[in-house]
Amino acid sequence: MTLSAMRVAIIVFPGSNCDRDMMVAIEQLTSRRPALVWHKETSLDPVDLVIIPGGFSFGDYLRCGALAGRSSVMHAVLDHAARGGAVMGICNGFQVLTETGMVPGVLIRNAGLKFACRNVNLAVCDTVASPFTSGLAAGQHLTIPIAHNEGNYFADADELRRIEDNGQVAFRYVAGAAFGPANPNGAANDIAGVLSPNGRVMGMMPHPERAMSPEQGGSDGALFMSKALEALVS
Amino acid sequence: MQAIVNISLKNGVLDPQGRAISHALGDLGFSEVTDVRVGKQIQLDIDETDPARLRQRVARMCETLLSNTVIEDYSIEIPDENK
Repeated sequence: MTLSAMRVAIIVFPGSNCDRDMMVAIEQLTSRRPALVWHKETSLDPVDLVIIPGGFSFGDYLRCGALAGRSSVMHAVLDHAARGGAVMGICNGFQVLTETGMVPGVLIRNAGLKFACRNVNLAVCDTVASPFTSGLAAGQHLTIPIAHNEGNYFADADELRRIEDNGQVAFRYVAGAAFGPANPNGAANDIAGVLSPNGRVMGMMPHPERAMSPEQGGSDGALFMSKALEALVS
Repeated sequence: MQAIVNISLKNGVLDPQGRAISHALGDLGFSEVTDVRVGKQIQLDIDETDPARLRQRVARMCETLLSNTVIEDYSIEIPDENK
């Protein structure tokens, strides 16, 4: 399959606001516009990748991603994942993935209590086999922006050990060129992105769709996404 | 009947809001405060008259939506239970 034959669906909740940027990013890389799927849909056409975009779904009411995670369309997304389908959650999308249990842990309030909105340095980790990391080298650095108030990754000690031992940590915040403390939010073990046990579902706090070109301040998002898409079509 | 759900952070979960409030109380002269943790209360009006059934249903609501049991504990109070 070529990239232009890839079927990508982006789920849209009330309050999602990064769906359009993600749509533009995917179209830039595949020359094919992905489908935007409203949260009330009860089924999903067969797709190669489901993306849960960033934003403030349901106003972050109750807990970030809690209400979105229980929306109608999520039954179809869970089925897709259960069949080995690929799912990527960005920022609020990562929060939704933790609320559904598709990836472990939870994202809580930033330790410094400030909304963090800047570039961060990420290191790609040595992971379980995954399309989201297979095209990148372990230890490779990426500079990608974050924008969040609840990006502080938490899991209890046992869960954290399991995630680390299973190679489910996809990205870690590290020191590098981007300005500011390496870990922007207090996340346990500097975790910025996490995989499901089978590597097919990935949640990350940074926004790769905001690092697609020099005009945006960097293209590491395009690098990461193109490698992931290539891995998904091959 | 009404059910009141109190949701609190589990021990061991960082509560930066609670810490900020604790510092603010200290600055206001309440130096005797040693820790603050912030939870939430959800009030539910439910079409049910049997307190046992109500408690069971509300517990399900907590497990499936109202509480994230990774980081939160919940307790259920039924004000009219013994009336």
